[in-house]
Amino acid sequence: MTELQSIASQVRRDILRMVHGCQSGHPGGSLGCADLLVALYFQQMKINNRKGKGGYLSFNMDGKGEDLFYLSNGHISPVFYSVLARRGYFDVTELATFRKLNSRLQGHPTTHEHLPGIRIASGSLGQGLSVAIGSALSKKLNGDKTLVYCLMGDGEQQEGQVWEAVQFAPNNNVDNLVAFVDVNGQQIDGSTKKVNDNRDLGAKYKAFGWRVLHVDGNNMDELTTLLRKIKRLVGKGQPIAVMMKTEMGQGVDFMMHSHKWHGVAPNDAQLEQALSQLEETLGDY
Amino acid sequence: MKKYTFTEKKDTRSGFGAGMQVLGQTNPNVVALCADLVGSLKLDAFIKENPERFIQCGISEANMIGMAAGLTIGGKIPFATTFANFATSRVYDQVRQSVAYSHKNVKICASHAGLTLGEDGATHQVLEDLGMMKMLPGMTVINPCDYNQTKAATIAIAEYDGPVYLRFGRPVIPVFTDADQKFEIGKAWMVNEGTDVSIFATGHLVWEAIQAGEMLEAEGINAEIINIHTIKPLDEKAILASVKKTGCAVSAEEHQVAGGLGDSIAQVLIQKHLAPLEYVGVKDTFGESGTPAQLMEKYGLSAKAIVEAAKRAIARKK
Ligand SMILES: Cc1ncc(C[n+]2csc(CCOP(=O)(O)OP(=O)(O)O)c2C)c(N)n1
Ligand SMILES: [Mg+2]
Repeated sequence: MTELQSIASQVRRDILRMVHGCQSGHPGGSLGCADLLVALYFQQMKINNRKGKGGYLSFNMDGKGEDLFYLSNGHISPVFYSVLARRGYFDVTELATFRKLNSRLQGHPTTHEHLPGIRIASGSLGQGLSVAIGSALSKKLNGDKTLVYCLMGDGEQQEGQVWEAVQFAPNNNVDNLVAFVDVNGQQIDGSTKKVNDNRDLGAKYKAFGWRVLHVDGNNMDELTTLLRKIKRLVGKGQPIAVMMKTEMGQGVDFMMHSHKWHGVAPNDAQLEQALSQLEETLGDY
Repeated sequence: MKKYTFTEKKDTRSGFGAGMQVLGQTNPNVVALCADLVGSLKLDAFIKENPERFIQCGISEANMIGMAAGLTIGGKIPFATTFANFATSRVYDQVRQSVAYSHKNVKICASHAGLTLGEDGATHQVLEDLGMMKMLPGMTVINPCDYNQTKAATIAIAEYDGPVYLRFGRPVIPVFTDADQKFEIGKAWMVNEGTDVSIFATGHLVWEAIQAGEMLEAEGINAEIINIHTIKPLDEKAILASVKKTGCAVSAEEHQVAGGLGDSIAQVLIQKHLAPLEYVGVKDTFGESGTPAQLMEKYGLSAKAIVEAAKRAIARKK
């Protein structure tokens, strides 16, 4: 296992234990996107490493001089929270409070509770790309050369607002923006193909004027190669869209190959069975 | 205090699903639409029995509302369904222009309203929907109190010609109203006659109001409890008759106090019969993750909160 893979294994354990701990939340998409978030936060993104109170990373809302990440499909908050905690924004023990009363780790990410690392509320689907564009424009106005990353779901692509944003970005040279679509082919009511087929998403983004790339989002080598390439492609007049093929429930055999684990928590026996498939690399919280 | 008992607990959204199944069998014009939340809206039976009259919209609520408006042209009775937040705030202009202003016979049916949606948290816990929807001219707004009343209301709104917002929820709560009730839009239901204070409750708060009535009775206070299941058109007559008798009122709703049922009642009282009114509702704040019971307690929507509000209202009587 490479270092990134070993972090991803621990993040997957965190996701399962968080969702199990409150018997609610969304393991499927979280497990599928674990590799991307780990690669972004532990290798790709330029993050201010200055430590503040309690030895945690000091978080600044404006993020000037830092790469920023926006999670538009807010229901996969478990992977976001785990990666933020493992990266050092807050204590990993706080992951145990997920979705419980008086927690900073709300069901969907919020700024309302001031959790370090979160810059916008998400949960109502379809809104994140617009925010990411605004944030990227703000960087341009500031003369700030750092980048903005955004992740969306593939079911989420059915929202009209996504396409308002997709049309805007290339027309306005938002070339400091990288949008990932989690193409796992699943959503709540079944496969995206059956519910409301996205057809050739990459071709659509391309037709709107984006530079489109494809990657296996559960292959860390491929991901890191792609991310290196992206660094060379930004700033060339076009926003970048990555069609990221993943498996919902990646890493846990009985959660894969269906939409069933989109938003269901494992029971005790299922948790044990799932954890037995994922190495505890950094210590459970 | 009239005794209310229950033998089972069910979610009001299942009452909606049961009503839809009846409509599927009895009204060939009824069409159901949903935006990737079929299981949450309990539409499985309707879809199984009437697959050709179900439209899966995918995650595109604005498109769903527009299509529902279009379906009415040609005589269909569309029931557009999703979570309450996505059925209202997400699509307010589509509802305003294509449904309300155009006066189309669309039934907007919304589950997971309010704090009792629980762990998903504030992004999903809409507490402004009753206010938004009641402000739209011509919109009927209904918030039933249990499984049976939701089922009856679902069936009743298909008979009514005009736009309707029907709101229900996720938690399992006591089933205490009659199984074979006839639902009358706009007609308040006298839950318990009393003399000391009028408690006007809607939705999940009706059962809490009954609990509160029993707690007040133990302290010698005789509460009148009225279920306002239809927030618009409001049963002014029932409200005025009750407050003229008791001299003070409490409103109870799983909603912001600004713009909800309480404010509708306040308008009536201010204009026609001045009397003290105390609000039980969410006080200008967003919700958060937690179990439904924890949230109802923390945000002051429990039976205990209604008891305290009743005492405050009584103390303000001259
Ligand atoms: C506007 C809006 N409509 C509906 C929902 C309910 N919802 C939450 S997740 C989801 C499915 C999302 O599918 P996808 O983007 O593919 O994510 P995945 O299931 O793959 O994690 C839906 C419909 C929502 N959160 N927001
Ligand atoms: Mg998906």
